[in-house]
Amino acid sequence: MARLVTPRRKLINTTAAWAIGLLIFFPILWTILTSFKSEAQAIAAPPIFLGFDWTLENYRVVMERSDYARFLWNSIIIAGFSTVLGCIVAVPAAWSMAFVPSRRTKDILLWMLSTKMLPAVGVLYPIYLLFIQMGLLDSRAGLVIVMMLINLPIIVWMLYTYFKEIPGEILEAARMDGATLRQELIYVLTPMAIPGIASTLLLNFILAWNEAFWTLNLTAVNAAPLTAFIASYSSPEGLFFAKLSAASTMAIAPILILGWFSQKQLVRGLTFGAVK
Amino acid sequence: MGQIELKQVTKSFGEVEVIPPLDLTIKDGEFTVFVGPSGCGKSTLLRLIAGLEDITSGHIEIDGQDATDLVPAKRGLAMVFQSYALYPHMSVRKNIAFPLRMAKMEQAEIDRRVNAAAEVLNLADYIDRRPGQLSGGQRQRVAIGRAIVREPAAFLFDEPLSNLDAALRVGMRMEISELHKKLDTTMIYVTHDQVEAMTMADKIVVLQAGVIEQVGSPLELYRTPRNTFVAGFIGSPKMNLISGEEAAKHNAATIGIRPEHIDVVAEGGMWQGTVGVAEHLGSDTFFHINNTGLADTITVRAIGDISLTHGDRIHLNPRLDELHKFDAQGLRIG
Repeated sequence: MARLVTPRRKLINTTAAWAIGLLIFFPILWTILTSFKSEAQAIAAPPIFLGFDWTLENYRVVMERSDYARFLWNSIIIAGFSTVLGCIVAVPAAWSMAFVPSRRTKDILLWMLSTKMLPAVGVLYPIYLLFIQMGLLDSRAGLVIVMMLINLPIIVWMLYTYFKEIPGEILEAARMDGATLRQELIYVLTPMAIPGIASTLLLNFILAWNEAFWTLNLTAVNAAPLTAFIASYSSPEGLFFAKLSAASTMAIAPILILGWFSQKQLVRGLTFGAVK
Repeated sequence: MGQIELKQVTKSFGEVEVIPPLDLTIKDGEFTVFVGPSGCGKSTLLRLIAGLEDITSGHIEIDGQDATDLVPAKRGLAMVFQSYALYPHMSVRKNIAFPLRMAKMEQAEIDRRVNAAAEVLNLADYIDRRPGQLSGGQRQRVAIGRAIVREPAAFLFDEPLSNLDAALRVGMRMEISELHKKLDTTMIYVTHDQVEAMTMADKIVVLQAGVIEQVGSPLELYRTPRNTFVAGFIGSPKMNLISGEEAAKHNAATIGIRPEHIDVVAEGGMWQGTVGVAEHLGSDTFFHINNTGLADTITVRAIGDISLTHGDRIHLNPRLDELHKFDAQGLRIG
């Protein structure tokens, strides 16, 4: 028998869900609100929630002072290319691990994941030196490579779990039907795994977009993405909370909108296989 | 067109040898059934022929050509899987057309063949649906359609009916048999169901632990099983196998007698026992008889409805000319 859901219970659940949702979203909301305040009102004590003089002044100053478009473009290039490149490497890798596993496949998967447990700063020095030697410092190409590499374990893992859900007999059928390995990947495996691949790409794009440690340490001007854009408002000129908030809002807006429009896809992808 | 020959074929997974050296010839146009208990290597053997598994040693020839190292696509064989293995993101039409597309056939020819296959298999009404919207029987037909459009040298069926319900299975069994008669192409069919084997096959290959126990037509296997394994496996209900004193009277280690070759008599039969379970089917009655002193139970098939029930005393006369005799190794004598 299905569990009985009384209207009262439903009301409690709904209220609780909204409360938790708001709690999680509150810092972002606060940032957005602050970006419309004057600097004085931004640091007013007690804080003002809504009753302030709304102004676009901060946005005007931020746009004037820094080249938002360039940062945005860098973010798009770095997140986009690292995601596409990662996918090109990860689809065949995950395919081989899911469908022609060796005795060591599980170990390799775990080993790959273990690299994510290493604190990034632990390898900052060697990577920084490598970047200097190879002339990759402050280049978008360099960041694309780093970003792809640090997210690769996650992409491979996610794709691996999606591919595992696909019955091997279907791929064997494709082989019997005369598909080459490439055709098998293009016409059968990839279309069947589209929801999984899409959510993996999306998640990877978001991770690459938000990554701050490497982008801050390996860029200066030319390749600096939006994370560097935010950081540039944080300290040198004292704390200007309203301008910092405006910069932050401008930096997270694109990814927030992308996430909003694709949330269905994202959730479906993340629960793929669990509810089949 | 579709003669398949296995020469000294073996298969090992790591240390485990699942198929010891095996020779087998499947003639062109023959409907061959591999039958045996689960884990006997029949599916592995089919996959070796398909090329989905590599053989460990030996040779496979298709149409006189060495196919041992050919990839599955190049062997000219089509396979129907137990799970149907349809492409879920393609319509029925695209599923059936897939092998032709892979072969880079002209679109007009693809359309012609797909429509012809849909016609033969009664799929025309569902041609634009996806596999998820079809019933089990329809999916199976699509899988067969995908196989026949290629006009392969041989069809391989891997337990294709085991996911269907009993009524549908009987229907599909006849459809596949009819298809074989129509196409006259070599078919290899794997099943654990000896009824399927008996009803469909031109030739049955009985396997146990990767070893061929006997090859022959259904009636050959039924009438002259080469050993006690085949004797017990082929035929339903099973042949009664009796060892010990009773067998020694006939100069054998084991004797076998089929349930339909034992007559129920009113008085003074050669064997006696008590009825354990009586299955009244109307046309026949199956008696499972205990306390005969011969074996745990003796199964008897009597024609018509005989009104004996649980606990009744029963007298039996085996037809001695239908007796099968086996030696101590379980091999047939005479």
